[in-house]
Amino acid sequence: MLRTLGAAVVAALTISAGAQAADLSGAGATFPAPIYAKWAEAYKAQTGNGLNYQAIGSGGGIKQIGAKTVDFGASDKPLEPQQLSQMGLYQFPTVMGGVVPMLNVPGLKPGQLKLTGPLLADIYLGKVARWNDAAIARLNPGVKLPALPITIVHRSDGSGTTFLFTSYLSMVSPEWKAKVGASDSVQWPTGLGGKGNDGVAAFVKQTIGSIGYVEYAYAKQNNATYALLQNRAGKYPSPTAANFAAAAAGADWTKAPGNYLLLLNQPGANAWPITGATFILVYKEQPNPQKAAAVLQFYDWAYKNGDSMAGQLDYVPMPAAVKTLIRKQWVANIHGPDNKPVYVSR
Amino acid sequence: MTTASDISVRRGPPREAALDPLFKALCFGAATMLLAALGGVVVMLFLGGLPALKAFGPGFLTSTTWNPVTDVYGAAGPIIGTLLTSALALAMALPVAFGVSVYLVEFAPRFVRRPIAIAVELLAGIPSIVYGMWGLFVLAPFFAQRVQLPLILHAPPGSLLEKLTAGVPNGANIFTASVILAVMILPYMATVFRDLFLTVPTQLRESAYGLGATPLEVVWRVMLPYVQRSAIGAVMLGLGRALGETMAVTFIIGNSHRLPKSLFDSGSTIASTIANEFAEASTPMHEAALIALGLVLFLITFAVLALARALLGATRSY
Repeated sequence: MLRTLGAAVVAALTISAGAQAADLSGAGATFPAPIYAKWAEAYKAQTGNGLNYQAIGSGGGIKQIGAKTVDFGASDKPLEPQQLSQMGLYQFPTVMGGVVPMLNVPGLKPGQLKLTGPLLADIYLGKVARWNDAAIARLNPGVKLPALPITIVHRSDGSGTTFLFTSYLSMVSPEWKAKVGASDSVQWPTGLGGKGNDGVAAFVKQTIGSIGYVEYAYAKQNNATYALLQNRAGKYPSPTAANFAAAAAGADWTKAPGNYLLLLNQPGANAWPITGATFILVYKEQPNPQKAAAVLQFYDWAYKNGDSMAGQLDYVPMPAAVKTLIRKQWVANIHGPDNKPVYVSR
Repeated sequence: MTTASDISVRRGPPREAALDPLFKALCFGAATMLLAALGGVVVMLFLGGLPALKAFGPGFLTSTTWNPVTDVYGAAGPIIGTLLTSALALAMALPVAFGVSVYLVEFAPRFVRRPIAIAVELLAGIPSIVYGMWGLFVLAPFFAQRVQLPLILHAPPGSLLEKLTAGVPNGANIFTASVILAVMILPYMATVFRDLFLTVPTQLRESAYGLGATPLEVVWRVMLPYVQRSAIGAVMLGLGRALGETMAVTFIIGNSHRLPKSLFDSGSTIASTIANEFAEASTPMHEAALIALGLVLFLITFAVLALARALLGATRSY
């Protein structure tokens, strides 16, 4: 009796251990964590295969995949081709988001204020210090601007959102590039830092005359007063899912080695200028082809079935053409020990 | 059923004596493990922070440049922020904690004693992130509109008050962070003070009253001197918590690495800087600088404890 019970316990333990071993593990960026969790839930319901994603931050994700403690890493900023080849990694984008300037200026409605990239950089440099500055007034004829001082709000925690925002400012303003530069966290010339999108939004809401920047999903869900930004085509598109997709569609992925592509300031009349994709990192040479195949299978499934789920959570799915290209890259880039592709999408 | 042989065994040395060496060894293990853990932390912080300490030298402690883009780090801003917020928090919390505990022990009617004591203990149990959210969404806006704005508007131009209160009225600053810290360390100190005051022998208090002492005199001249030594320990414990507090401060200090120019300027603390940047520290030097910051915080805390010890040694025992 006791023996059979013991055997049953051992069997149960083996099964649960086996089930756990089959779970894919990933770690990294916090920005896509909600959609990865949602995809994983639906995927498990459909296929029975689980995915365990730890949202520890992009830097952590890169370190974890470097230490080979996870099956894939995830990062909000693409690794440069040189670093990729150094680490033997390959990266591909999964979903996109955008960064939106959020304001608290009395009398201004969402989308009423227009800004250009260089002007936004001057504001964040502290050079344009009042809302009724001539540089702002010139762009916004007919808009009543108060003489309030501008309070700058930025993210205090290292984040992909800050990376996109500062990369954009570096791209459009040589002075920003020289004085501040682009990174997950920078030495801000002025202003105060809030922790996370919540922190930034709270400070902007509480401070009259302030400007901050938040993730698009956050701005949308909170009905934030946002400013329009001039894009490369000279137009002022609204920050909408369609206009983020326009930025990705306008970009030429085929000419980006290692998929190192910042979707900033892209051509296209509707392209929102501060758009970015989030990336998955996997090894090119896979000692365990089944595991690698399972990772790609999951993301292939997400490409096929995950768009509406992404939309519900205010992420922007990758355009179909980009997905097709990525599937081809999987075949060409990710090999098992026998040098055969680990996964071919059907 | 007791037999003769059982009794004879019991007459020998106690059977439990055999367990004593094991018990001793376990206790020794527990104590040394703590020491080893402490040593491990110090070694790890030192080795991890070494690249930054080597690269920037003493400038790491005095420079206010904190630039992840150019990989140049100086910790003066966070260090000053840490010392300033902790000192302010202690200055705010100490009198209140003293008042609460004296009231509970000396003056409170029996039926309010328990509710207040429980409330104080509950305050101690609130997770620090909850304090942070409360600070961000409730305290900061309240402070901005009801305290900061009136102060800024009524400060005479050119006065010290104007200098101290300069800044954007949005509640995210050194001062609000200190208030939150004060609320957080208050329950610890109040609870310990109360327990200490309860240890004052009744005869001592009663005889003081009998000699015609007023309640103020009894508290000030009899009870306080009696608990002085342990009370300093409680204060240092509170200060230690304030120095290392992370989440609540991160939410409302404004997180700028510059030196704060006024009480209402945004700043940062060592703990908040580490919490903000460690997860996304992408270059090895950034990580080393953050670990070196941890070492600095450890040394500050150590200095505070050493100071407490020295004070304890210097005061006369009652």
